[in-house]
Amino acid sequence: MSNRKPYVRKQYWNEPTMGWYERSYLFEVVRGLAITGGVFLRNMGKWMSGRKGALTSYYPEETRADYAPGNRGKHILTMRPDGRPQCVACNMCATVCPAQVIEIDGAFDPDDPSHPKYPSRFEIDYSRCIFCGLCVEACPEDAIRMMKETPDLPGPDRHQMWLGKEELLNWQPRQDVAKPYPAAPGSDAGARRHEP
Amino acid sequence: MNAQDFAVSLVYVGYALAVLLTFGAILTWVERKQAAIMSDRIGANRAYVRIPFTNVKLIWLGLFHGMADGLKLLLKEDFKPKAYDQLAYTLGPWLAIVPVLLVFAVVPFGGVLNPGLLFPGLADWFGGRTYSMQIAPIDAGLLIVFAFSGISIIGAMLAGWSSANKFSLLGALRAGSQLISYELVMGLTVLGIVLVFGTVNLSSLVNQQSGVVLGFLPAWGIVYQPFAAVLFMIAGIAENKRIPFDLPEAESELISGYFTEYSAMKQGVFMLSEFIEIAIIGALFVTLFLGGYNLPFMNDAGFTFPGGSVVPLSHGWVVVIQLLTFLGKVFLLCSFQILVRWTLPRFRWDQLLRFAWRFLLPLSIINLVVTAGVLWAQA
Repeated sequence: MSNRKPYVRKQYWNEPTMGWYERSYLFEVVRGLAITGGVFLRNMGKWMSGRKGALTSYYPEETRADYAPGNRGKHILTMRPDGRPQCVACNMCATVCPAQVIEIDGAFDPDDPSHPKYPSRFEIDYSRCIFCGLCVEACPEDAIRMMKETPDLPGPDRHQMWLGKEELLNWQPRQDVAKPYPAAPGSDAGARRHEP
Repeated sequence: MNAQDFAVSLVYVGYALAVLLTFGAILTWVERKQAAIMSDRIGANRAYVRIPFTNVKLIWLGLFHGMADGLKLLLKEDFKPKAYDQLAYTLGPWLAIVPVLLVFAVVPFGGVLNPGLLFPGLADWFGGRTYSMQIAPIDAGLLIVFAFSGISIIGAMLAGWSSANKFSLLGALRAGSQLISYELVMGLTVLGIVLVFGTVNLSSLVNQQSGVVLGFLPAWGIVYQPFAAVLFMIAGIAENKRIPFDLPEAESELISGYFTEYSAMKQGVFMLSEFIEIAIIGALFVTLFLGGYNLPFMNDAGFTFPGGSVVPLSHGWVVVIQLLTFLGKVFLLCSFQILVRWTLPRFRWDQLLRFAWRFLLPLSIINLVVTAGVLWAQA
């Protein structure tokens, strides 16, 4: 114990140097109050004159203007011209998904020889999705995409954060215009709705 | 006391309680909203009241957040620590809030009221009696203020001691030493004002501030005693245990200080008393230094401008202007205290006491001595 050196505070290279002006504290306090009060008056003036005086936004109602166009947000399933999903239930997205949150049940539609396999169930668990976008890259049919918006993602518990096929198809309906899809023979395409 | 006095007193008490509790409730909202605006945010904006049977949601800039908080505090479980002193633990919040409310009893919130003149139908009943707008028109007003704010120390100490928690105890000790130190500073700064105006009666103090000094300045206390005003404001914020003097309830060190072990509305009472005390400090500052309920150059008869021009006002207008002026000034000072709270970082404990004993106390004594010297030279 006795051979212990007394504690010496380390001197840092950027040790603050304060003159009497800073040390007396009151002047610097007044300067700080002037800065914050100025910001308050500026923002208050903006609010009063009908402009927005904040840098933040009322989030779900108002999204930021500089939301990245390539933002990986909520998924959609693209539609064929007749409104049925373009997905062929190949399970590639479910396979590549690192969080393993995509569940697909494939089904067979004998009436539609050009697109016989379709998903009877397509669900994503948003409580575990990591928004990596690998499902979009893996999809050979451009059937799953990610929009930049993320509306209504939070849920009161994890069981209510599963997104089903209907919502994926319909929350922001998109068709794949790049791929001309032949109409099913003997049917007027577009009028026929899918019957699972 | 006859029936007329009793009726007037009842009205005053009702007005004071309504004003104080409204200030307490509104200031929680003002604090959040002002902090948000100061830091480029939007602030509280989600709580709403839905008009029944419709889909109309009233948000009103988030004003209902205070109501939602109060409702939550009322409905929460009143959790108590296992080993606590029951009597002292229950007394704590009451001793914190009651003195704060009582201080307002001696603060004049308006000039002289003549109810007979205001309500001609009651003129016969009142028979020309006049009342100064103050619940307790006591000559020792300023002394009462200090007596009651001394009691609120006991509330904090009791709360900390009785909840059988080391954090609470540390917070209570800090509260005790801090409040006593700054009480001293506050008393000495106010002595300067007492010397200048020669009275501790708050309504006569305000009356003397309605004149003119140097030909053009309103004869407010802040003109006579600018240093005392600054020192009083600092000591007042310290009395109120708010940032930068919130060592007794420093969250990062003591969780919540002396009311760590209080939950539900008991904790709410501590919070409410803190917010009401903001208004009380504002009211005291207005009364002592900012001319109380009067606008510049105004007295109970109307305006008397420095050039000699006089604008007489009817009694009703004077009363309304005085009440509104007092509320407006108090609100501005509350806003200033909130500005301070969201600007300055917290002191360290030793800095806090050193600031009081080695900086503020000598300054207030110097202020007192200089004031006394000047007054003696003039006399």
